[in-house]
Amino acid sequence: MYTQGLDQLGRSELHVSSADSAALEREFLAHIDREERIEPKDWMPPAYRQTLIRQISQHAHSEIVGMLPEGNWITRAPTLKRKAVLIAKVQDEGGHGAYLYSAAETLGVARAQLIDQLLAGTAKYSSIFNYPTVSWADVGAIGWLVDGAAIMNQIPLCRCSYGPYARAMIRICKEESFHQRQGFEIMLTLARGTREQRSMAQAALDRWWWPSLMMFGPSDADSMHGAQSTRWKIKRISNDDLRQRFVDVTVPQAQFLGLKIPDPDLLWDGERQHYRFGAIDWSEFNEVLKGNGPCNHERLAARRRAHEEGRWVREAALAYADRKAARAEAAA
Amino acid sequence: MTQAERDWPLWEVFIRSKSGLEHKHAGSLHAADATMAIEHARDLYTRRMEGVSIWVVRSSEIVASDPGEGAALFEPARDKVYRHPTFYEIPDEVKNL
Amino acid sequence: MSQAQFDYLLRLGDTSLILAQRLGEWVGHAPAVEEDLGLANIALDLIGQARLFLSYAGELEGCGRDEDRLAFHRDVPEFRNFALVEQPNGDFGATIVRQFLLDTYQRELYAELLRSKDERLAGIAAKSLKETEYHWRFSSRWLVRLGDGTADSHERVQRALTDLWPYTNELFDADATDRAVAQAGIGPALGTVEARWRPAVGAVIEEATLARPAERGKLTAGKRGMHGEALGYVLAEMQFLQRAYPGGQW
Repeated sequence: MYTQGLDQLGRSELHVSSADSAALEREFLAHIDREERIEPKDWMPPAYRQTLIRQISQHAHSEIVGMLPEGNWITRAPTLKRKAVLIAKVQDEGGHGAYLYSAAETLGVARAQLIDQLLAGTAKYSSIFNYPTVSWADVGAIGWLVDGAAIMNQIPLCRCSYGPYARAMIRICKEESFHQRQGFEIMLTLARGTREQRSMAQAALDRWWWPSLMMFGPSDADSMHGAQSTRWKIKRISNDDLRQRFVDVTVPQAQFLGLKIPDPDLLWDGERQHYRFGAIDWSEFNEVLKGNGPCNHERLAARRRAHEEGRWVREAALAYADRKAARAEAAA
Repeated sequence: MTQAERDWPLWEVFIRSKSGLEHKHAGSLHAADATMAIEHARDLYTRRMEGVSIWVVRSSEIVASDPGEGAALFEPARDKVYRHPTFYEIPDEVKNL
Repeated sequence: MSQAQFDYLLRLGDTSLILAQRLGEWVGHAPAVEEDLGLANIALDLIGQARLFLSYAGELEGCGRDEDRLAFHRDVPEFRNFALVEQPNGDFGATIVRQFLLDTYQRELYAELLRSKDERLAGIAAKSLKETEYHWRFSSRWLVRLGDGTADSHERVQRALTDLWPYTNELFDADATDRAVAQAGIGPALGTVEARWRPAVGAVIEEATLARPAERGKLTAGKRGMHGEALGYVLAEMQFLQRAYPGGQW
């Protein structure tokens, strides 16, 4: 079914001559330059559509997979309040994934197809979720650092040129602020706690700092899609700039917590008014992207299992809906 | 990779908040039937709101206008709200899609 | 405070808590992301209820035990939840059956508790009833979809219904605590709740094209602290941090 839709996509592009194509592209770029949103029925270059499908679906997959490392601690949360807040957070993440799949579908792709790609291992999702949550402090670190980095990335996306994506991001950003506060508060409680709790917090920071910096992606000079995405106002701020902002904002927070960031090269540069930080080990990032991170296998296995074990449920719901509709028709 | 499974159809969701004047388009979701669509809409789009009114419509049922004469070179006349793969070419034996 | 009243509040709180704990295991593993949200939503509400019931119980007891002290520092024999809710999740169908049986019960029970002479309890019931209506709609609709879905889904939920049915006996088996609470006007006579529960459950089971199990089966007594082996594992997981790092603030 969905392949037929994509065939139609191809056919419509063929009708356009190259002269028309150039005119369409000029008009499209003019829209972008005027900060006008591109909506689903507007003409768009095939590459714009493909870039957005890729980016939005990766973002959606990340939210869904992201439910797992934190969901891992729901049954072990140390107080009833923490348990409730964690469930709410993970619930939000699922919801964000659903919003993003919806946005991707406006571009002419079916959610089922995107999910198949994820489960087949051919779709990417954020590298950060391939790390294990081995202590309660990891839940705090994820909220503080990972959500902190995500927020930094997401706010500019609220001004993305593609309407449905921008609107999904606005909805997401509204719900996101409590996530980071919750994480930071966990870290604060631990940092002010017993010696063992402080060690737990420091160990989590040690493990999550560098992967969080890697979340912003490689330096723009090395990034494949950067220039075009910037021209089309999909990407509004560079990877390096976002990463620098994140470091500048987070270092004082770590100082407040009384925790040490695991970077011996971290140094305030008074002239530039920024923190200088050490070199990132991109080989680790690349290994994780290739599928060799600590938890890639487990994450995909969990999602595959959920999908497979849920198949009979989804089919039953459709069978029931069909039967109900048939009865209604017969009665009419 | 997985054998072909019929996906739950796509629905567009419209929400009117408690003090709102009209229903606004909130997004879309998948559900097997209308009742489920309302339940999903409540969980997905109104998690923090009380007293809301929800409309759900099959996405394929919506008839949309063309973007307007300003965008002269828009997509050829398709009256669907957007080009979703499942809005077209429905085999006869598959009902309600 | 009467021992019976304290006991009764623990039963209400522990039942909601342990069921929430079981539902928490589903997050990230449900058949579709929408069902993840639905189950998480129910778990969240149930924890809210547990906190209210347990906090109240702790206050009445007057020994300085708050909701967390009660949740994380009692062992299996001190838990007062119905044995029904500590049963393992099984597949989505079994989870729905368990949920439906308990939701129908809470719906009738909380409606009765609105009339409790204990105003605070009536207040908690009022808040909880709104949530339970939603839970009941979710679980009863899913039971119908699965019962009247495919042959496979029908068989799965029929089996779950047969397996879980005996655990409902406990819900209506009035013991000393139930009688004392009814006498004091704090809680309803269980006969009243049962008289509504049976037809309500029967109607949905019929709509789901399922068969009501004929055998009454065993009588459990989780509400008196007599649990099977599953609860120990549930508590071990739930209480680990507080037990492993005593004295910490979290």
